[in-house]
Amino acid sequence: MKKSKYYLIIALALTVGLVLSACNSGSDSGSDDGGDSNNSSESGKQVLNMIETAEIPTGDPALATDASSFIVFGQTMEGLYILDENDNPIPAIADGEPEISEDGKEYTFKLREDAKWSNGDSVTANDFVYAWKRAVDPETGSQYAYMFSGIIENATAIVNGEADPEELSVEATDDYTLKVTLEEPVEYLNSLLAFGTYLPLNEEFVEEKGDDFGTNSDNMLANGPFVLEEWDGTGLNWKYTKNDEYYDLDNVSLDEVNVQISKEPGTAVNLFETGKADRTAALSAEYAKQYKGNENAATFEEGSSWYLKFNQERNGEETPLANENIRKALAMSFDKEAYTEQVLSNGSVPADGYVPRGLAKNPETGEDFREESGSLISYDVEKAQEYWEKGLEELGVDELNLDYLSDDTENAKKTSEYFKNQLETNLEGLTVNLKNVPFKVRLDTVTKQDYDIVMHGWGPDYLDPMTFLDLYVTDGGNNNTGYSNEEYDQLIDDAKVKYANDPAKRWEVMLEAEKLLVQEDTVVAPIYQRGRLTLIKPYVKGLEEHLFGPDYSLKNVTIEK
Amino acid sequence: MAKYITKRIIFLVITLFIIASVTFFLMKFLPGTPFQNEEKLSVEQREILNEKYGLDQPVPVQYANYMINIVKGDLGVSFQFDNQSVTHLLANRVGPSLQLGFQAMLIGTIIGVLLGVLAAMFQNTWIDYGSTFLAVFGKSIPSFVFAALLQFVIGVKLGWLPVASWDGFSSSIMPTIALAIFPIATAARFMRTELIDVLGSDYITLAKAKGNSRMEVSFKHAVRNALIPLITVLGPMAVGLMTGSMVVEQIFAIPGIGEQFVKSIQTNDFPIIMGTTLFFAFLLTVIILIIDILYGIIDPRIRLAGGDKS
Repeated sequence: MKKSKYYLIIALALTVGLVLSACNSGSDSGSDDGGDSNNSSESGKQVLNMIETAEIPTGDPALATDASSFIVFGQTMEGLYILDENDNPIPAIADGEPEISEDGKEYTFKLREDAKWSNGDSVTANDFVYAWKRAVDPETGSQYAYMFSGIIENATAIVNGEADPEELSVEATDDYTLKVTLEEPVEYLNSLLAFGTYLPLNEEFVEEKGDDFGTNSDNMLANGPFVLEEWDGTGLNWKYTKNDEYYDLDNVSLDEVNVQISKEPGTAVNLFETGKADRTAALSAEYAKQYKGNENAATFEEGSSWYLKFNQERNGEETPLANENIRKALAMSFDKEAYTEQVLSNGSVPADGYVPRGLAKNPETGEDFREESGSLISYDVEKAQEYWEKGLEELGVDELNLDYLSDDTENAKKTSEYFKNQLETNLEGLTVNLKNVPFKVRLDTVTKQDYDIVMHGWGPDYLDPMTFLDLYVTDGGNNNTGYSNEEYDQLIDDAKVKYANDPAKRWEVMLEAEKLLVQEDTVVAPIYQRGRLTLIKPYVKGLEEHLFGPDYSLKNVTIEK
Repeated sequence: MAKYITKRIIFLVITLFIIASVTFFLMKFLPGTPFQNEEKLSVEQREILNEKYGLDQPVPVQYANYMINIVKGDLGVSFQFDNQSVTHLLANRVGPSLQLGFQAMLIGTIIGVLLGVLAAMFQNTWIDYGSTFLAVFGKSIPSFVFAALLQFVIGVKLGWLPVASWDGFSSSIMPTIALAIFPIATAARFMRTELIDVLGSDYITLAKAKGNSRMEVSFKHAVRNALIPLITVLGPMAVGLMTGSMVVEQIFAIPGIGEQFVKSIQTNDFPIIMGTTLFFAFLLTVIILIIDILYGIIDPRIRLAGGDKS
């Protein structure tokens, strides 16, 4: 008995010793790197600690395709325009509004002469000429090169590899004057000019870095309020510090922003709760539900629109969804409000139209497109059943089997279950087969039009309803539904060409187009406009969120503890 | 011995070659392109990009090119991280994963062996039952549950250790424990069974009869023999750690390689899929080689060079 106790004590002592030695060496090395960010706030420095959910894939604006990169450019770079707190494009590097020729095609921008790169070089007109020509050059491999197509003269041919990048109609008449010629007048040009792909680049610097440009924070230059630092190209941490060369430095309060990636929403919440982070990125549904109504919770309506897309032609044959009544029945048979409230509960709002709210305003009255267009198709079980009966009769069947395609994330699966339940309960004789597949498979299946119904989301490339509407022209690259209506094609073409320089008429035509697309033809069934719920400490003031371009801007943030 | 190791290294290279080939062709079955903005690209643009990255060529040609580049030591450039070479990504990400894996393996086997020895020596007492309980617990609880629980209790509620991030040794403690629970369980179970077996054998009775103390008998004679089967499970254990690390790395926001392995497949990032697969394969084959060598050292009866006639 005595002996056994002896062994036990030895074993315990060994275990405890091991753990303790691990802890000791931990506190030594830990304090070296970890301590400074927390102390600095006490010395009166303005420090913000943020959480992001994904790495920065690239620091090269021409190659960027994703939110993380655009967020970085939003803090470190400025184009001719930037977005203000209400998502209105305002001149930044451009010195006031441009001179526009009578036909609306020629723009002459004066640039501000006090704008500098973080290496001290001036930001000149040539920086724009160089950056844009580089972006459209197929050699560069920009996936957003199409943002220039149909906008800047000759861009389409260059992007498709049929013309020399030098032919792009953009010219520096002197160091601070930029002349741009457009293909057609473009209503929403200013919002494009605020987009990442249109940012200027310092030619000398980019050429010097070659393929290494944008691969880590040393290989990048800033001309905006902050400079990116301590980003090694693949890491989960980086920081922003004030750009001493920034022309509006007096209005920047933050000294330092520390960014930590946490892909696990639970970890992000824990970091926030323990005071290691002042703001989280968008929370996933389960946490959004938990924090809804919390004093630290903030919601924002994003610019993406989500809807069910109906395939009318599969494998060369008409699907039951080619029947308009069937489509209408489906579009009216699910409760959008219950879905956004109970399943998403992250600030998403139910939508009865396709173009999201907050995207564009009537050029004359200033009324929002969504408000003016109004409710085009809403949840109405009785009406849905009427259409359903009619549709089934026309097809000569009693029941239908339809595939419902969606992603395989937790949230997408939950959503699929919800829609299966809603549709099957409200429409008699309908069986919905759920197909939850990985993202890339979903894209592939939709492109091949090998589906019946797909849950689809679309985000804006610029601030204008056209970025949503022109998807559904006959044989459009992202139509993928087999929908073809001459009247619709005509409306879109009119808005792009005939009324390009007549904002009021153009607006009217787009309203008509949306009505035709959703209310009359019901090519898509609107569900919701996505929202995001983030946690943010009340002492963080002035963080501006955007529904297009970078998710937010930190320039005007102050810490008021 | 040298001859044996050379032979094994040749086999290792062949194994890696086969893995690389199979992975390459399987990977090409993945639907879609590696382009993030795939959905919005025009047909012409997609063709231009495919051409730029050599994806327009027939798969066997792509395969040949890839293999030639590998021999030259060039693993290609990532699609997710533009212009970032795969070697650079691996170099940046491998460190934390290896450190965690090594710490977990070390702590896991030491504590596991201790628990197993205690359980065997105090068979059918509360120590034994406690150890068995711990082993079953460690085997059956998924690492993401355990990791999240650790994070919440120790990081949030008690505030003893950092909740997440990779910032010095203190931030590696919780992920190490979360990872070590599996090797602890495995090692404890094996050690107990083997040791009970060995303790019942004749030579132990002999050793006891000679008047050796209980401790001397256990540690000098029994434990060493009981260790052999444990070495066998070190290989699978290492694999368990690698797969476990993907989840644990994500929960503790550790810049490791595990998570990239999954993400590269989801995004069709071909060069990273190949790079990470080859890296894991290499690591595993090397671990297996080391274990085989260890065998010979611990148990001289095992002849390394099969059919050694000398």
